[in-house]
Amino acid sequence: MTDLADTPIASPEDTTALSTAPAPPQQPARGVARTLRYGWRRLTSMRTALLLLSLLALGAIPGTLLPQRGLNPVKVDDYIAAHPHLGPLLDRLSLFDVFAAPWFAAIYLLLFISLIGCLVPRIRLHARALRRRPPHAPRNLLRLSTSARWTAADEAARIAAECSRTLRAGRWRVDVSEEPDGAVTVAAEKGYLRETGNLLFHVSLVVLLAGIALGGLFGYKGTALVVQGQSFANVRSSYDVFQPSRLYSDSSLAPFSFTLDRFTAAYQPDGTPENFDAKVSYQPRPDGPVTTSDVRVNHPLHASGANVYLVGHGYALRIQVRDPHGRLVYDSATPFLPDTSMFASHGVVKVPDGLPHQLGLTGFFYPTYVATPAGPDSSYPAPRDPVLLLAAWRGDLGLDRSAQSVYSLPVASLHHIANAQLSPGESWRLPDGTRVTFVGVDQWATFQVAHDPGKNVMLGAAVLIVTGLLLSLRVRRRRFWLRARPAPAGDSSRRTVVEAAGLARTDSERFAVEFSDLVQRLGAPAAVTTEED
Amino acid sequence: MPGTSINLGLAHVSDRLLVWTVVAYALAMLGYAAEFAFDRRAERAKDPRSRRQVSSRAGLIAVGLTVLGWALHVGSVTTRGLSVHRVPWGNMYEFSSMVSLVAVTVFLVLLARQRVRFLGLFVMAPVVLYLGLAGTVLYANAGPLVPALNSYWIKIHVVAAITASGAFMVSGVVTVLYLLKERWERRTVSLGPGAAAAVEVGTPPTESVPEARRGGLMAWLPDAARLDRLAYAVVSFAFPIWTFAIIAGAIWAEQAWSRAWGWDPKETWSLITWLAYAAYLHARATAGWRGRRAAVLSLIGFGCLMVDYYVVNTVITGLHSYAGIS
Ligand code: HEM
Repeated sequence: MTDLADTPIASPEDTTALSTAPAPPQQPARGVARTLRYGWRRLTSMRTALLLLSLLALGAIPGTLLPQRGLNPVKVDDYIAAHPHLGPLLDRLSLFDVFAAPWFAAIYLLLFISLIGCLVPRIRLHARALRRRPPHAPRNLLRLSTSARWTAADEAARIAAECSRTLRAGRWRVDVSEEPDGAVTVAAEKGYLRETGNLLFHVSLVVLLAGIALGGLFGYKGTALVVQGQSFANVRSSYDVFQPSRLYSDSSLAPFSFTLDRFTAAYQPDGTPENFDAKVSYQPRPDGPVTTSDVRVNHPLHASGANVYLVGHGYALRIQVRDPHGRLVYDSATPFLPDTSMFASHGVVKVPDGLPHQLGLTGFFYPTYVATPAGPDSSYPAPRDPVLLLAAWRGDLGLDRSAQSVYSLPVASLHHIANAQLSPGESWRLPDGTRVTFVGVDQWATFQVAHDPGKNVMLGAAVLIVTGLLLSLRVRRRRFWLRARPAPAGDSSRRTVVEAAGLARTDSERFAVEFSDLVQRLGAPAAVTTEED
Repeated sequence: MPGTSINLGLAHVSDRLLVWTVVAYALAMLGYAAEFAFDRRAERAKDPRSRRQVSSRAGLIAVGLTVLGWALHVGSVTTRGLSVHRVPWGNMYEFSSMVSLVAVTVFLVLLARQRVRFLGLFVMAPVVLYLGLAGTVLYANAGPLVPALNSYWIKIHVVAAITASGAFMVSGVVTVLYLLKERWERRTVSLGPGAAAAVEVGTPPTESVPEARRGGLMAWLPDAARLDRLAYAVVSFAFPIWTFAIIAGAIWAEQAWSRAWGWDPKETWSLITWLAYAAYLHARATAGWRGRRAAVLSLIGFGCLMVDYYVVNTVITGLHSYAGIS
């Protein structure tokens, strides 16, 4: 196979380069401008692209071997604590944030600068090649590795016309010309889509990066816990956790809302989850129509440009507290947070007002209660035998002093009153006459709302990336030349000498077959001299 | 709901079929080895024609056994899928079985289009090894999928990943052969044109040319340039599919985990694999890199693929860790 990739960027005269791949840069003469140009050529050379691709792959490896803040910040802290010398050093090298590290960004930004710098001239060249006629036949066709020579009785012009008809029918691009010595040459080329596909692929990589950047600059995401029967409105204060992007503004929050009508979970006999389903009523605008929809694990709700995902669930316990006179001072479905895969959970009730003292309850909930030597536990995630263990505390809950979690109580500064074990429907009377009722078990679900304005751009780029790749790797680019030269004046045989040659950069086996088919159809004898090295 | 009842009888049939698959593949491997051995002897024998016949008959039998093993293999994964009422690629065992099936399929398809019977021995050997490991070390009992895997994107994503991996496996084999042959060609040439010529025409080599003597298998292989083109052809089939697998995975992740890309170890290693093969494709077009160095990049890509499947699943855990052995 003739080696073509090495040849410099296809100049109009160059007949053998079948791609616009940049040539290796040559050492420059002196001068600042020259050095700069040389540097730029270096940066946009194939070798640099290769180097940067490899570096990017290498650079990503530590991000999979060391714990990463973006995935699991607790593990990172553990790691640093366990490696007091190495940990901080690695941290300084951003090795716990590899994918947000400046050096990682430097690699891919350089790669993309190199890519753009390489693409612009290639696109220009290819656009020119698309408009240009197929390149002229080399002087000596028989020097190419795939070539043939035979003689024919027909006139040179007729042979050439026949050849060009055959090639055009096979959707080759054809150019016929006459040479000064009377020879007629046909130059043909096919498979331009290969280069088009390659350029499409690389351009789409840039578009993909732009899509990613768009999401990173203008998107948002957040999570919110919603108890069954309650509603979520898409305003910032509804979120438990909210992560805006750099250029986010509150105006990008679409004004939708939804109500969690019903949450169901199905489990296998051994307690592994089988299916989750959150039925919601969704309203795109405050005055918009209400539609019902199912949010499941692989099935987010598409809500005015944002997606709403089901990311977690747990139990909310309906608990009522009445003062000694029977007046209701607390009545709420209180979310408990799961601690085990069988949903042994913990939670807190805070009753700051309505009683002589502030009252706090800490609770442990077991959907399917079992007593084990290690203490109470849950043996199944569904509420088959729900039990709530409560401890009552009196004192200053400290609500007005500091922001504190709704799932914990400052028990150290409180006075412990009593403990109780309750099943749904049961009540518990505290020594001072306050009555606590475990009314029943509800469920809650956590939803993640994510808005990524670059998503469609990324999807489009991805489709083009695959399309471009398929074209670039499947289409074969090849050239074909034929030269028919009338017999020299003194030659008594009067036969026209025909020479043909072809060139393909990939899949030369298949091309050799195609070539010999072609020349046989053009009148070459079967035993044509196609050779291969 | 998938997996509410598992058909243990069918699951058992699937296991038995896999055993017979391995037996058929192993016999096929012996057949390909016999083809080579008799072909070599034919060159020295007094009556080369009869030896050649034995050789090509052994090769044909080996192909027949490969096709038989392939059919048994298809039966094994099909019954496995039927027994659990789902696609048969939910854990590492099933996955490895599918990858080997694709590798054999790619080989058979190549065989139908080109003269690549020489590859038989080198494809069957790792496939037998791989299936042996899959059936013992990685084996997992038939069971249903966890909810996160229960999506039609998993079918698209995993089918693509498996197809690409099976093909990468074949290209890996061809690349190793290329590297060996390329080295052999360089050495034979460096021994002088006489040695190379002696090997090419198959003259019994003399003791004074040790390199040529060792070249029995090497001389039998097609030339390095052809192996290189074959490896490239297979990679250029697999690479767009791998690209598509990553994209389908991102779409699935976007639906299941609310983000398309999260630098989870599995995602990251898939990207590293992709970058390594992209580097290989570039290297083939870069002066000073094509040939041996490009081939090494391709093997590095295959190594990354293996890390992606086995090391990430067992040692490094991420969101994908449900794919584990137990
Ligand atoms: C984000 C970085 C890049 C990636 C992921 C990438 C990936 C690829 C892949 C997968 C191929 C093989 C498929 C095909 O031919 O279309 C390829 C080919 C090619 N790439 Fe890139 N590339 C990148 C950057 C660059 C840069 C910076 C250059 C400029 C030097 C470049 C120049 C080329 C050329 C010329 C080919 C065609 C090779 C041939 O003719 O076979 N690429 N690239």
